[in-house]
Amino acid sequence: MRITCPICGERDRREFTYRGAALPRPAEDAGLDAWHRYVNLRENPAGPLDELWYHEMGCGAWLKVRRNTATHEVLEVSLASEAGLGGAA
Amino acid sequence: MAELIAKSPCAGLLPVSVGGLSLSEEDLGALTSLAPFSDQERGLSAALEAAHGMKLPAMGRSTGKAGNRAIWFGRDMALLAGPAPDPSLAEYAALTDQSDAWAVVRLDGEGAEDVLARLCPIDLRSKTFKRGHTARTELRHMMASVTRIGANSFQIMVFRSLAQTLAHDLKTAMEAVAARR
Repeated sequence: MRITCPICGERDRREFTYRGAALPRPAEDAGLDAWHRYVNLRENPAGPLDELWYHEMGCGAWLKVRRNTATHEVLEVSLASEAGLGGAA
Repeated sequence: MAELIAKSPCAGLLPVSVGGLSLSEEDLGALTSLAPFSDQERGLSAALEAAHGMKLPAMGRSTGKAGNRAIWFGRDMALLAGPAPDPSLAEYAALTDQSDAWAVVRLDGEGAEDVLARLCPIDLRSKTFKRGHTARTELRHMMASVTRIGANSFQIMVFRSLAQTLAHDLKTAMEAVAARR
C-alpha cells in the first residue's frame, strides 16, 4: 500500500501512522449528541472511507486519505488542514 | 570551574570504512530549525538571503553549500546548518536551536546508493535524487533526513539518541553491499 503525500510524493505505507476516521469537528457549543457522535460513533464500511494518516517518518503532515477498506486502494489524498474538517486553522 | 569537553554523537563509533565505502561523522556547526510564521515564507527567504546568502529551500531541496546550508526539513520547516542564525530571521520564523539534537554522518563512495536502498523506502538514485535534493524518510526504523551532497555522497541525520543504531545499521548495509561485489 502506498500513499501519495501532497508534499513528499508517493511513499511507502511504513512511513505513515494511522489515526482513525476523518470526521468534521462539531462546533464547541454543539450539543451532547453531536459530540457523542464525533467521539464515539463510527461507520465501518467495506468500501471507501475517509481517514486521517500522519506522515510521521516524512514531512510531518496530517493527511486526509480516502481508502477502500476492502481493497486498500488509496483513492484520494489531501492535507487535513485544507480538508475542511474544522478545528483550529 | 570544571572544564567540560563536548562529546560528539558518534564519538567512538565512527569513522568506518568497508570496501570502497566510508562513513564518517560530520560536524555541521550550529543547527537551527526555521519554522516560518503564517504566510511569512517570502520574508524569511529574503532575510535568509540577506543574512546568510541563500534562499529558503523549496520542498525536497537544500540551498547554500558545505558549512553554510539550509535544508528542507519537513512541512513548513527548514534547518539552517552552519552559522548561528542572524537575529533578523526571528521576525519571520520561530528559531529553535537543534545543535546537539542530531547525529550527522556522511556516507561516501561508489555504491552509497545501494547502501541506502537497503535501508530507505524511497528512490535515492541520481536520476531522481540529484545533488542538493533532500528527503525526510525512514532509515530502518528511524526518522531521518537524507541529503545528496555529491555524486556518491550523502548526508544523513537522525536524532542523536539513535547514533549507535544508525552507525550499526549503516555499517551492516555497507558490509552487505561490499560482500556482493
